[in-house]
Amino acid sequence: MSYLSIQDLSVRLRNGLPLLRKVSLDVKAGEVRALVGESGAGKSMIGKAVLGILPRAVRLTGGKILLDGEDLLALPPKTRRQRIGAKAALIPQDPLTALNPSRRIGPQITDRLVDILGWKRPEAEARALELLEEVHIQSPGRVMKSYPHELSGGMRQRILIASAFAAEPKLIIADEPTTALDVTVQKQILKLIREMQERHQTALLFVTHDLGVVSKISQSLSVLYAGKVIEDTDVRAFFDAPRHAYSKALLAATPKYTDPDGSLMPVPDNIIAAVEREVAAFDAQMNE
Amino acid sequence: MRDARGDIRQLPGLRLWLSGGWLLLLVLAAIFAPMLSPHDPLEQDLFAARLPPFWEQGADPAYLLGTDSLGRDLLSRMLYGARLALTVALVAGTLTCLVGATLGLIAGYYRGWADLVISRLVDIWMAFPPVLFAILLIAVLGTGLTSIIIAIVVIDWTRFSRVVRAEAMSQGAMDYVASAQVAGRSRLGIALAEILPNVLPTIVALLTLEMGIAVIVEAILSFVNLSISTDEPTWGGMIAEGRTSIYQAWWVLVFPLFALFLTVLSFSQLGEGLKEYFDPVLR
Ligand SMILES: Nc1ncnc2c1ncn2[C@@H]1O[C@H](COP(=O)(O)OP(=O)(O)OP(=O)(O)O)[C@@H](O)[C@H]1O
Ligand SMILES: [Mg+2]
Repeated sequence: MSYLSIQDLSVRLRNGLPLLRKVSLDVKAGEVRALVGESGAGKSMIGKAVLGILPRAVRLTGGKILLDGEDLLALPPKTRRQRIGAKAALIPQDPLTALNPSRRIGPQITDRLVDILGWKRPEAEARALELLEEVHIQSPGRVMKSYPHELSGGMRQRILIASAFAAEPKLIIADEPTTALDVTVQKQILKLIREMQERHQTALLFVTHDLGVVSKISQSLSVLYAGKVIEDTDVRAFFDAPRHAYSKALLAATPKYTDPDGSLMPVPDNIIAAVEREVAAFDAQMNE
Repeated sequence: MRDARGDIRQLPGLRLWLSGGWLLLLVLAAIFAPMLSPHDPLEQDLFAARLPPFWEQGADPAYLLGTDSLGRDLLSRMLYGARLALTVALVAGTLTCLVGATLGLIAGYYRGWADLVISRLVDIWMAFPPVLFAILLIAVLGTGLTSIIIAIVVIDWTRFSRVVRAEAMSQGAMDYVASAQVAGRSRLGIALAEILPNVLPTIVALLTLEMGIAVIVEAILSFVNLSISTDEPTWGGMIAEGRTSIYQAWWVLVFPLFALFLTVLSFSQLGEGLKEYFDPVLR
């Protein structure tokens, strides 16, 4: 049973340019699915569509998004917001802009509990302290009273993780949660996300362009190119034998899988050209 | 390195104290003007005309800052003038801020057609030269305190709305807004609880600046005789009178001009200082 099921999702710029081309993608309850693809492929756009935060310049033109079996797009906006707020959460990419600079950490975590779940302030605060301990933050009491700029990037990302898990959502979308951090911190954060996901049995859609990370965290994988899913498979099968030529090239371009001399193989031009043709053919077919 | 930073951090403190001190003095003067004034500000005494301030030859200790060409006590007139200046500053500044910041927040965060309408209005407004606009408005509304305040609000709201719109827009694009949206916060809730606190330091700085501007506008209108009834003491009116007798009695011009200058400077410095004080990142 899929907890999140995206079916034929299409998103376009207001001028008609397609950004997502009939994307279908499922995340089962408690499963981790990685979403990979190069910059601009539309990975974040998928997450934003699910969470109902598409940018203004962009329009959802078709498809269905089922969350816990319920068609989100068929719900009235207010109900939809409540459902998403109670069942899904986001771990954003940039811990610098993802916390409000002029508010203390405490209320930023407890807001969701108070607003959506109707908890009392003191209960919510106790829960927030617990969560901060769970993400291994020392002296959580002090952190609750701090402003974001007083904390390091890694700390902030831990707080965002705690905050994402606060309302016990059963789906979390992590949009390149380690990209903005330095390498040593990246590893800890990745470990933490996996640990939290396992403990809370959350479905996780993990957006990344690092295939090295994919093998460590996820069970299944979707490869996105130019807003089109070109491969949807489980991780073992993918690393053994990717089906699509682009996926093969992508794998070859990942440092871990390159020659011992460490040289990186970029995705060859002829393969890029081939995928581009494929996407163009798909568009032509759509427009018929 | 650390020390240099320390010095910079001292500066807003000093700025706050000096400007805040002068303004506090002014507020006290305005409130207690009837008790502090040694004379009736309207009382004329042609035998005591153009008396110099106390340190000059021929001064009368009963008139500390001297008298004008009609023999009215300058100190008393300045104290009463402070009343009007501060009333205009507080009321007009606050109202302008409320109107302008609200419209700016709506335009910058809600965007869409509201932004279209508000931005177009701002463009049209900016096309009018403000002083001409003010004189035109007073001509329509008639002179008087209320008219001045209305004129200032009508003319100057764009100053707030432009800046607040731009800031609200850039804040609206931040991830924390997206997170709040995912968490189910309403748009109004986000505008007030998430965006507003980040724009507040700027609003406060603009507000105090606007108070300074209101003082100037009131002075200009008094100067061209469009403010309150002609014999009510105002700094602008005093400056206008002082100008005609600058060679015989410089003090009639210089004292109100100095008070005006200090007040406007204090408002703008207070704004800068408060902005730094409120900003959690700079603090
Ligand atoms: N606010 C926006 N307005 C218009 N177009 C946008 C907006 N945000 C993104 N796009 C476009 O949508 C496409 C997909 O963007 P998206 O952010 O989903 O890419 P991504 O796969 O997440 O890339 P990255 O790895 O760089 O984060 C890009 O071509 C981008 O130019
Ligand atoms: Mg992205």
